[in-house]
Amino acid sequence: MPLAQAICERDPSAFINLEQRMGEWTAEVAPERITQVCQWLKDAWQFERLSTVTAVDWPERDARFDVVYHLHSIARNERLRLKCRVGGEAPEIDSVTSVWRGADWYEREVFDLFGIRFRNHPDLRRIMMPEDWQGHPLRKDYPVHGGRYDYTGK
Amino acid sequence: MSDAGIPADGKGASESRRMVLNMGPQHPSTHGVLRLKLELDGESVVHAESDIGYLHTGIEKECETKTYQQVVPLTDRVDYLANLSNNLCYCLAVEKLLGLEVPPRAQWMRVMLTELTRINSHLVWLGTHAMDIGAMSVFLYCFREREDILRIFEMFSGQRMMTSYFRIGGLALDAPRGWREPVKKFLDAFPARVDEYETLLSSNPIWLQRTQGVGCIPLEDMLEAGVTGPMIRAAGLAWDIRKSEPYSGYEKFDFKIPTRAAGDVYARYQVRMEEFRESARIVRQALEGMPEGPVVADAPKVVLPDREKMKTEMEALIHHFKIVTEGFRVPAGEVYQVIESPRGELGYYIASDGSAKPWRVHMRTPSYGNLQALPRGIEGRLLADIITTLGSLDIVLGDVDR
Repeated sequence: MPLAQAICERDPSAFINLEQRMGEWTAEVAPERITQVCQWLKDAWQFERLSTVTAVDWPERDARFDVVYHLHSIARNERLRLKCRVGGEAPEIDSVTSVWRGADWYEREVFDLFGIRFRNHPDLRRIMMPEDWQGHPLRKDYPVHGGRYDYTGK
Repeated sequence: MSDAGIPADGKGASESRRMVLNMGPQHPSTHGVLRLKLELDGESVVHAESDIGYLHTGIEKECETKTYQQVVPLTDRVDYLANLSNNLCYCLAVEKLLGLEVPPRAQWMRVMLTELTRINSHLVWLGTHAMDIGAMSVFLYCFREREDILRIFEMFSGQRMMTSYFRIGGLALDAPRGWREPVKKFLDAFPARVDEYETLLSSNPIWLQRTQGVGCIPLEDMLEAGVTGPMIRAAGLAWDIRKSEPYSGYEKFDFKIPTRAAGDVYARYQVRMEEFRESARIVRQALEGMPEGPVVADAPKVVLPDREKMKTEMEALIHHFKIVTEGFRVPAGEVYQVIESPRGELGYYIASDGSAKPWRVHMRTPSYGNLQALPRGIEGRLLADIITTLGSLDIVLGDVDR
């Protein structure tokens, strides 16, 4: 794939890793370079669509969150997944709303459900949960059931 | 409402004529529980903002607590008008992780039923959309045909809506005896029914005035906002995932991608009307060319064994016990599977840690992206156009909020 080659030849400080599994390409990107990388992919490789943004919580890891972007180029009929590892007490990453305005709601959802802040997002606030909600439900340490019922009987 | 950037009492608006109106969350034309915060100048919409989350049920979190097979019934409840599309997308994603090959008969059944789902979903869209604009009888006709499809679903799965008919590796069971007659009967009658809807609407002056030139959003803006499906095709882009990234054997079917250039509500109506006919063609091809053979993959560690074999073969009994009690393990990795649902691009992102339960399931639902673009279609237009434009987006709030 010419794109894979281009990514490999590009700045190694931006692209940490590139692999293909089950026919899907995944590039791991340095979190501080994400906006720049997305802009390049959109301009030079016609990724005119951002299909979705989401996150995965791996609490055992140092940088516990993967922020996952699925890019799509209709013109070239190609998809690409970008992953950024973020962690710490207050995980943060740059917003890609400057590249695709449609990232707005997807980043708000990740902020709401995972508690990852997106810098330079125009309107970062909860989208699914009520405004005054405590905690971030899709984190692994957030209980599936409420605290009032203890089914274990302990 | 300090959060909205719009004061709830309307104070601070530049002119005293401006007012803030809350439309929803309980409003029949929002097709569910959607709240729109509208800033109005007389009857013109100056600023619009959607407030979602009223139907947020935490399905994605719930998926993490179930074994892979147990997630299938949850996917029914995401987009409750396109249950089988969600079943299919999820199963395809897990099958990709497992490297399973689904036999042709199961693939064709899946195509046939998801196309019936598309017709079913479009019927609900057309009926409610027309009723929003004041055409009551179309609604009654559409629900008459929808009933036939729901009966077919019931025949196959035992359920009218929450079908859960697809399983990882194939189908829950083979098609019931006598399944061909109702499908054939429906197909024979349906094209004439679509003609009937068109005689009621396509040249109806009220319908034309309410829909033509309304709700236009530039194609580029729609692509950026994440809009997919019929809305994109009504703005001139012939992009359909069934053609561009075929799945479940769609490449073997002959069908067209309907497009229009205008990009207004009327164009979206025309595109979906043609999709009725194209989907019916696909169903007929599936019906006539339906292959014989098994409906589940040959994967004893994933697919439940035949009941008869369980009584005679030790292996089958052990597999049954293992699958039912602890599920099956899925190799670590991640996949993103997309399909063309009635509303657009439906994607399931699954991350597996190698255990019997998915570590993370993310649903990229078409309604979410489509709804995000709404303000661009209604700002600067009249209040009454909101109803028309919202109807043409064809959102399902369960699909938005999950």
